[in-house]
Amino acid sequence: MAELFRRFGAGLSTIFLGLVAVWLAGLVLAPNIMMVDYALRPNLPPAEIGGPRDVYSLDNILYLANESVHRAIFFKTVWASALVAFVTLVVCYPLAYWLAQTASARQTGIVLLALTIPFWINEVLRTLAWYILLAFRGPLNALLLWLGVIDQPVRWYGDVGVLAGMTYAYILFMLFPIYNAIESLEKSQIEAARDLGASVWRTHLRVIIPHAKAGIATGCVFTFMLAAGSYVAPALLGAPGSRWFTEIIYNWFFEGGDWNRGAAYAMVLLVLCLTVVLITLKIARVNLTDVAK
Amino acid sequence: MSHSVELQNIGMAFGQTRAVSNVSLVVRGGEFFSILGPSGCGKTTILRIIAGFLQPTEGKVLIGGRDMQGLGPDQRPTAMIFQSLALFPLMPVWENIAFGLEARGVAKAERRRKADELLKLVALEGYGERMPGELSGGQRQRVAIARALAVEPQVLLLDEPLSALDLKLRQHMRAELRSLQRRTGVTFIYITHDQSEALAMSDRVAVMSNGVLQQVGSPRELYDNPATAFVADFVGETNVIAGNVTSIDDGIVTIQSAHGTLRGRLGGGLIEGNSGKLYVRPEALKHDGSSGNRLEATIERIDFEGAFALVHGSLDDGMPLIASITSTELSNAPGVGARAVFSFKDVNAVVLPDG
Repeated sequence: MAELFRRFGAGLSTIFLGLVAVWLAGLVLAPNIMMVDYALRPNLPPAEIGGPRDVYSLDNILYLANESVHRAIFFKTVWASALVAFVTLVVCYPLAYWLAQTASARQTGIVLLALTIPFWINEVLRTLAWYILLAFRGPLNALLLWLGVIDQPVRWYGDVGVLAGMTYAYILFMLFPIYNAIESLEKSQIEAARDLGASVWRTHLRVIIPHAKAGIATGCVFTFMLAAGSYVAPALLGAPGSRWFTEIIYNWFFEGGDWNRGAAYAMVLLVLCLTVVLITLKIARVNLTDVAK
Repeated sequence: MSHSVELQNIGMAFGQTRAVSNVSLVVRGGEFFSILGPSGCGKTTILRIIAGFLQPTEGKVLIGGRDMQGLGPDQRPTAMIFQSLALFPLMPVWENIAFGLEARGVAKAERRRKADELLKLVALEGYGERMPGELSGGQRQRVAIARALAVEPQVLLLDEPLSALDLKLRQHMRAELRSLQRRTGVTFIYITHDQSEALAMSDRVAVMSNGVLQQVGSPRELYDNPATAFVADFVGETNVIAGNVTSIDDGIVTIQSAHGTLRGRLGGGLIEGNSGKLYVRPEALKHDGSSGNRLEATIERIDFEGAFALVHGSLDDGMPLIASITSTELSNAPGVGARAVFSFKDVNAVVLPDG
């Protein structure tokens, strides 16, 4: 703090600190406190707000606990998000390894560019592209029919569609942390393992993955959180059977008009995400500050 | 007896760049063999070809008489010690050492026993549970050696492993490597750009320059009978005097130089009328003028090095001249600024073709 004032002078430093304070208070603390406040109050007609029935309770959260359909969707969202993180990891790890250790500088440049360009487009439009690809009479079914892999079109919308859309949407969030981690591994470590007779599997298991653990944990945490909080992919690529918890929250707010219950559901999702993040980091023995980097 | 290593006409090109050209040499089983050369001379490429990390574009590698064509580093009876050592930082020392055994499916208790045995060999008993990051440079070095020896290699390949250590430790580790090699009897192939390291440790040394093998011989042979101008220049300090060959008689070459007529042993394919270079070591120059070959120089400075002193002078045309004298001779040596005559015996100089 003293360093900040010394370098930029009192005026500029006060502005910096003020902006950070406004950011934290207005954009982080206030909305979350309001969410908690909403979540713990009952949904009342305007006339009764502030009246004798407007008291704090856990009713909204208990409602979720007792509503079996919502509860099932909640747990499904949890494990499906974990599945998304896992599938994204499986897709990204070999690619990240290849980019970081094997590819030439030119190849790395081209592949990273090719992976980044789609992200210049809005997430909704990218998901819409998958919506078209996976359509019942869309290009994917046409291709598979032509190849003779299937003899009638498949309905991709639903769990498969959501999984594909999310894996695609979050690939970079997984790829970059792992790529950075593996890139920092000295090549001679891999060579030494090989020279000592280790198989490819053992080299990855004992040398490369332990080294890249922080990157892998970071990627998984990002992907899990983004997947659990995703709305576009399930809304566009899902089917009635593949409802996502965020869709239910949306419905409470905008269809049911019950902001309080929506806020309670959102709070439960937030707590869940935080718990998963902290447990993952604990298992991987990574600090929260390392992830932020 | 450990395996020998034979290189037959090894050539290596990376795209348009030739790293190694037509290198043939034989490393005897159980020998401490060094490959010496400046950086970029292709010595590391040769080592990586022997290890199996690189497939040569031409030629063959035989280890223990067996052709290594198509065998990867994991299938060869070699173990490598990397310049960076490449210890696994997230494994304790004993797991590092036992990693090769783990890869071979040896049971844990046996691995631990073997690791402790090797720790004892490199004088690091009780360090098994430490992490590599907690060790000093010299200790890490010894762990790397133990890890390589754990797989019981026939040939140990060392890629300048001492270059990161300070001088004192480096000298200590040289002696340790040498004695370890004697005790284990494993063939050592040691890469270095440090000529004193190569001369001090090795049974034989190969000198390389620009991907070409210059000479293979014992340290003494390289020093006394350099085969090429490069070896004469690179191995040890030397004085160079250019001239024209006027006569060759019974292995003694006479050259006419800017500093008069000088004589030295015939070192290479020279005939009368060729231009050649005469190389004379600083310790062969005496300032008493007792021998036939005389060089007159002005003394510029005297560097006292302890047991001996280096006298730096310049010849009439400004060419530098270095002579080394023992400290006991220092008292009756000429002072700085004085003219002095240095002489050397014919047999203590060698004349090689230009180039």
